Amino acid sequence: MEHLTFDYPARSVVSARAHVGVVGSGDLEVLLAPNQAMQARVVVNTSVDGYGHIWKSVLDRFFSRYDGAAQIEINDFGATPGVVALRLAEAVEAVQGTQGMQGESA
Amino acid sequence: MNAASETVAPSFAARESFIELTARERARRLLDAGTFRELLGPFDRLTSPWLPLQGIVCQADDGAIIARGSIDGEPAVVAAIESAFQGGSIGEVSGSKIAGALELALRDCERGRTVRPIIVFETGGVRLQEANLGLAVIAEIQAAIVALRRHVPVVGVIAGMVGCFGGMSLAAALCSRLIMTRQGRLGMNGPEVIEQEAGIEELDASDRRRIWQLIGGEQRVASGLADRLVDDDADAIAAAVREAFSAGVPPVHRSEAVGRYLSLLSRIDPDTATPESMRSVFGDRTANSKECE
Amino acid sequence: MSDTTALSRGQRWLRALAGEPIGAAPIWHADAPLGDEPARFIAVVPDPTNRFPRARDNVVGLEQGWHLAQAVRAVVEADAHAPRRRPIVAIVDVKSQAYGYREEMLGIHLACAAAVDAYASARLAGHPVVALIVGPAMSGAFLAHGYQANRILALDAPGTMVHAMGKEAAARVTRRCVEALDALGETITPMSYSLTGFAKLGLLDRLIEQVDADAPTQEQITRVHRALADAASSARADAADLSHRLDSDAARATRAASIEVRRRLALQWDAV
Repeated sequence: MEHLTFDYPARSVVSARAHVGVVGSGDLEVLLAPNQAMQARVVVNTSVDGYGHIWKSVLDRFFSRYDGAAQIEINDFGATPGVVALRLAEAVEAVQGTQGMQGESA
Repeated sequence: MNAASETVAPSFAARESFIELTARERARRLLDAGTFRELLGPFDRLTSPWLPLQGIVCQADDGAIIARGSIDGEPAVVAAIESAFQGGSIGEVSGSKIAGALELALRDCERGRTVRPIIVFETGGVRLQEANLGLAVIAEIQAAIVALRRHVPVVGVIAGMVGCFGGMSLAAALCSRLIMTRQGRLGMNGPEVIEQEAGIEELDASDRRRIWQLIGGEQRVASGLADRLVDDDADAIAAAVREAFSAGVPPVHRSEAVGRYLSLLSRIDPDTATPESMRSVFGDRTANSKECE
Repeated sequence: MSDTTALSRGQRWLRALAGEPIGAAPIWHADAPLGDEPARFIAVVPDPTNRFPRARDNVVGLEQGWHLAQAVRAVVEADAHAPRRRPIVAIVDVKSQAYGYREEMLGIHLACAAAVDAYASARLAGHPVVALIVGPAMSGAFLAHGYQANRILALDAPGTMVHAMGKEAAARVTRRCVEALDALGETITPMSYSLTGFAKLGLLDRLIEQVDADAPTQEQITRVHRALADAASSARADAADLSHRLDSDAARATRAASIEVRRRLALQWDAV
């Protein structure tokens, strides 16, 4: 089991939180919440050791399109990079959906 | 039964599979629309103290979802087990969430504020990595069900595909009413365990047809060990749950009907009994009608 | 035990504490004094001629479950209008639930639940329920016979243990050897097979030392009897639920998560 931490610069405020996924075999859960600082931090708990470089490459790609100041926790049970990317995208979509609703409420 | 609460769906309407829903989604669907409020959700981060010591990654809700809301307008609480995480097995935290929710429902009921409890069983039983704590919290869940069902029906749902096994099968048997799908299974020991302990002659765990004939939802309902057989349809299951509450607390719970079951067992010949033949004996609801609904 | 003349631990201790049993195997019970009041003692014992071949050892199968329920409920009914409900002592020596095709077919899960129900109902009715572990107290069998007790006591002797799965089976499932499993139990307390480990979880009220579980002296039997009577008094003065299990230094240390979950649930229970 490994714990990995990655930091990325951020430019936009995250004002909601979201949770997606399950820690099932080949899957992961993502907890996304606002970061107090204007940066993004990702903490990965993974059951599979030795793939730090793959995590970095997946996250580098994710943050090349996402600039939210988010605290992201990933609990992973051997998901492929494709599934990781999918779950991250789902989490962002969920947060943006909630933020959108917050913006709409009177 | 509240006929007004049943939705009459046209036969061509798309069914939403209940089985395919996550535990969180199942809890949401069973509660009145818009009333779902999760307690101790993932962001509370109450995780297993024991799994990381064994190199196992935790799920932030430890595989149990507790949600408050209402059912037919009455306060309710749902405990739904997420089978994707560790086979839905019960650990210290997930079990304490379920037991604690039932204990709080009991406290409210004793104070005159009835809370309707639902448990969605999708579990292999005790989480072996937490062995004695898993077993202990299951005893606490069982204690809470026995106390709570004096005030309000405790309704259990077993949908599949994991089913309900181990110590939690005893908890299911304590429920006031059990709703099952055909895909659901209810048994104390999993088929693999029976095969392991008693040999393949006793039970071939790979013989799926035989397994479902033995402990599947249809068999269990036909033999009176569960109450309602419902299609794998979220609306239908939610409706069955509402009906289970509307029917009120049964005068005698299955697990209290000692004389009845000793009598039924005495009519069984262990050498010749089959799933089919025991249905007619066990499923005979007219026998000792005082003890049946 | 394959020697039909030797007593099982459950048989031995039921006789030692309460005299000649009433009822045939698989459930023995005896009504005898505990301290200064009458009590019922109940044991699951081997039943070599049980109709169900997979349920002939000291296991909880179909008949065991329903007969346990019957033995407990008889006491509850008898005392229903009594000013004082008598103690019920579960003498626990159960190596597992019964594993069998017929058992699953005929609802062993319900038979065991009936025993759980009876013991829990007795406790809720005000009977002090005390479990005495004299041998294995395993898995579903312990859930059915002993785990609904107000107080749990155990003999500190070889062969007594509490666990969710037998060692050989657990070793297979976790892909370790039995010795490694023992070592694991040292660092991961809920995995321990020893009663000292079980005690660390706050679940054991008294570990009775210096007792020969297979051939107890009269002094040892008297000491155990005294411990049971004390436990029954303590239980009678306490709540009828299982909250006592989280109220100890051991529980606060090793079951902190169980306590914290309940504390936080209570805070979140009502919407703000």
